[in-house]
Amino acid sequence: MRKISLDKLQSLFAKIAENAKLYMPVDNADGSASYGEWSEGTAWSDALNTAKSPKDLFFPQTEDLMRFKTEGKNIECIDIRSEVEDFVVFGVRACDAKSFDILDRVFLSEPRDSFYAMKREKGVIISVACTRPAETCFCSAFGINAAEPTGDVSAWKTADALYLQANTEKGSKLLDSLGDILEDTSDAEVAAQKENIAKIMDKLPLKDVSTDAFGGGKTKELFDDPAWDELSSACLGCGTCTFVCPTCQCYDIKDFNTGNGVIRYRCWDSCMYSEFTRMAHGNNRLTQKERFRQRFMHKLVYYPENNDGLFSCVGCGRCVAKCPISMNIVKVMKKIGGNKGE
Amino acid sequence: MQKITRENLIEKASELLANGTVSCVLGWGKGEFGYDVTPTIFKTAEDMKNGFVFNDFCGANFSKYLVSKTQKIDGKILVFLKPCDTYSFNQLLTEHRFDREKVYAVGIPCEGMADVSKVKEIAGDGITSVDSEGNAIIVSTLYSDEPVKVNTADVLAERCINCKSKKHVAYDELLGEEGETLESARFDEVARLEAMTPDERFAFWQNELSKCIRCNACRDACPACTCEKCVFDNPASGVENKSPANSFEEKMFHIIRAFHVAGRCTDCGECSRVCPQNIPLHLLNRKFIKDINEFYGEYQAGAEVGSRAPLVNYTTEDLEPGEVFDRRDENA
Repeated sequence: MRKISLDKLQSLFAKIAENAKLYMPVDNADGSASYGEWSEGTAWSDALNTAKSPKDLFFPQTEDLMRFKTEGKNIECIDIRSEVEDFVVFGVRACDAKSFDILDRVFLSEPRDSFYAMKREKGVIISVACTRPAETCFCSAFGINAAEPTGDVSAWKTADALYLQANTEKGSKLLDSLGDILEDTSDAEVAAQKENIAKIMDKLPLKDVSTDAFGGGKTKELFDDPAWDELSSACLGCGTCTFVCPTCQCYDIKDFNTGNGVIRYRCWDSCMYSEFTRMAHGNNRLTQKERFRQRFMHKLVYYPENNDGLFSCVGCGRCVAKCPISMNIVKVMKKIGGNKGE
Repeated sequence: MQKITRENLIEKASELLANGTVSCVLGWGKGEFGYDVTPTIFKTAEDMKNGFVFNDFCGANFSKYLVSKTQKIDGKILVFLKPCDTYSFNQLLTEHRFDREKVYAVGIPCEGMADVSKVKEIAGDGITSVDSEGNAIIVSTLYSDEPVKVNTADVLAERCINCKSKKHVAYDELLGEEGETLESARFDEVARLEAMTPDERFAFWQNELSKCIRCNACRDACPACTCEKCVFDNPASGVENKSPANSFEEKMFHIIRAFHVAGRCTDCGECSRVCPQNIPLHLLNRKFIKDINEFYGEYQAGAEVGSRAPLVNYTTEDLEPGEVFDRRDENA
């Protein structure tokens, strides 16, 4: 365990930024926070979490994949991939840190997604334990401990210091590169902090959300549950939940006609949209109920079925806070899960 | 605190369900923390007792739901409409978007609705419950031992601070007293933007619109956006897009949408309420409303059913395009 006093944070950031681009949550004028690049004087936000998750730094909302240039009857295919520079993402919460396990299984299994893989190779994640979880938090439902965030380096912020501990080789290398700016200390100093967090976690209103009714093999049991009608009844079909989600990974590939060629890019897609996975034969989910059900069945049944029981939700609560009609995965889990428990 | 209570509304709904006037009720459904209400269809009085809420956080405008819900029910649907919701209701009727015969509208008075983000600014985060008490909201949070008392007036949503009308323009039955249309300061912010130089104004909107994540919540919540199939959802249109892929979103999407609803937007403010990125989208619509008022005389969309909006009506008094052009220079 190493530590640095909070009044020296800026020098820590400066030191990291000497060798890598450094991203961290920064405050926006409207009271929200988002990941931004650190430059001298940039303050690290106190916000619990950012509006969009750090997924954006590894799997951006839009990303060019390749270009085509046409000249007469020739088409030139241009590979636009270039080396990714080293970068560090600081201040990732436990929920978001866990989301990379979920994304890795999708993008790093064969066929490997080279765009994502290049960024995962170069990016170092410094997670920070939560000190003020919100009422919308329910990470513990997915076995996540807000006091023990994962990532390449884990950090804890107390009243006067930041404590850091490397979890991976990449993380150790980063901490070692910072030289004597960090001082060695014992694990004992963050023990009280962890206890505090545990006490708050125990008071959270959504702490009892249960995954018991869900998981692989539950498709037949849950697919035709009559509650889907009621739950999806008010869904507007917007993409807010999917676009603020740290684990949603669906994307579409589109071509942009430049006049003398094409830019092929991908962009996040949303299962809430009417043309999602539209195929030559038409659309396989014609109503909002079917689209709505797909989102939650994917996170709670299909994904765990294909990934050793791992759920593809981390309980960050963004969708809970942002849905225009306040319908969300918690309400789905309580309603459908509750039905099964009776 | 609202003048009408949850119990008043349940009583009214129970009566209308019992005597067969309506077959179901569109109301606000209970959430996890008091402030997170979900538009819900209630079929029985018992359902309402269990899950219906009416409090200072029931801002959602139900009018648009009538387009889809009236197609799915037998009998009539009871809908509770706040004054501002009735303007959307009329505008939808003007555009023949739902069958009036399938709706029983109960007008309810509104004292203004709270914006939970403002409550959080005062009471702190970690809100576990909110209860109205007189002119205050009692907020319990994870981080304060005692509940925090917040003045309702300090946490009103922007659209409620600038409320344009406490008067219901449509209903079958009215609960409580009828209000009046109000003089509001709703165009002040538009005037501030008009006073900027073109470069400043461009920078303002670029900054705001670049935050867009293209979730389409503004469009999907908008009572004026009721096309069965939006051009932006149609892959064959050539302009379909589901993400801010280029500067199109920054510069065009919201402006195109504002043009499309110009003269039809009642200024209900749902677009800004639902925006997850806090973009003040209502200002684009208010600019159109302000201009229409100035060019063609005061016009309030939805004030009456069947009115011809200035932009789709020709009169000999209409101002010449050149006058608009000249006015541009005055603003520059």
